[in-house]
Amino acid sequence: MEHYLSLAVKSIFIENILLAYFLGMCSFLACSKKVETAIGLGCAVIFVLTITTPTNWAINHFLLEKGALAWAGLPDVDLSFLAFIAFIAVIAAMVQIVEMVLDRFSPKLYTALGIFLPLIAVNCAILGASLFMDERDYTFGESTVFGIGSGIGWALAIIAMAAIRKKLEYSNIPDSLKGLGITMIITGLMAMGFMCFAGISL
Amino acid sequence: MGQILSKKDQKIVKDGVWESNPVTLQVLGICSALAVTVQLKTALVMCGALTFVLCFSNVIISLLRNLIPSKIRIIIQLAVISSLVILADQFLKAYMYDVSKQLSVFVGLIITNCIVMGRAEAFAMQNPPGKSFLDGLGNGLGYSLVLILVGTAREILGSGTLLGFPVVPQIMYDWGYVNCGLMVLAPGAFFLLGIIIWIQRAISGYVEKN
Repeated sequence: MEHYLSLAVKSIFIENILLAYFLGMCSFLACSKKVETAIGLGCAVIFVLTITTPTNWAINHFLLEKGALAWAGLPDVDLSFLAFIAFIAVIAAMVQIVEMVLDRFSPKLYTALGIFLPLIAVNCAILGASLFMDERDYTFGESTVFGIGSGIGWALAIIAMAAIRKKLEYSNIPDSLKGLGITMIITGLMAMGFMCFAGISL
Repeated sequence: MGQILSKKDQKIVKDGVWESNPVTLQVLGICSALAVTVQLKTALVMCGALTFVLCFSNVIISLLRNLIPSKIRIIIQLAVISSLVILADQFLKAYMYDVSKQLSVFVGLIITNCIVMGRAEAFAMQNPPGKSFLDGLGNGLGYSLVLILVGTAREILGSGTLLGFPVVPQIMYDWGYVNCGLMVLAPGAFFLLGIIIWIQRAISGYVEKN
């Protein structure tokens, strides 16, 4: 249990997927202008990451890894080169399924997340989490915790950023620094802030 | 170049490199621009891989553009792009194993690099293959330009080396010069890119409206 807790803290704060690994920057920059959209997108990312990371773990473990097809009588087959295409297909399909399920059972949440759900399929944080899970050889439990943790970390960062940008509207910024430039610098400051968590270990 | 390419074609390339640089103006592909630039070497390999994927995905998608049903175009684009990325990744693993280890997941992340998807969607779906190739090349070079700038600055300031060779003379260290550790870490990358964007936009005169 303690191990999972420490992994969660690590993926949320210490190795925040956005601020330490730069994943999901594009939607982070594009959708952090309003707090409401930031919250919606953040929740959608947590949701999708929680589902796709364990699913991709299962696909990788039972179909793609070297020797994974032993149950089908093919112990020598190594399909790991197919990992990229399999992961992205799973993510795109999962996003589609999540969209349909939400539409059927929770139309309210569906309209709230609306346009963001399809966009998530090409958010690098989602694919990145799956690839990290593969590279670090996580177990099923670990990859689930890692997926949820990365999602929460990402949501935290984008919501904080949206709040800061709201404040920024009233500040006097040089013309060519407006928008993207100042956002990058603030993200840098935020990344410095999150580095302070580095000493924490449970 | 002047004889081979017409004025119009030159403009397509130039637009990608400067006028609408993918990183600083279109805000695409920031993730990898920051992650692989601790050293210039990894940045260069990444530029090569991305330009390759971008050019060929543009050409293939442009060849298929009249056959792709618009409803499922995203998944088809993703399939084309990820096949090309698998090629690039296998090539790196076979011939440049060390670099491919350092790049870790970021080669795979070319799939979701918004430059590739963005150019496929915005340019290759409407234009013939030749032009799409040039557009891919231009955007690839524009991306490389930013990556090389950030990579050079981070390696010199952060580790005092360039492509692994020491460039900061020993005498500077004797006088008490210290490498700036911040540059190797994530915040340094954010600051540098912010400043590069500022300079590029100040020169090209682009102002973002709110």
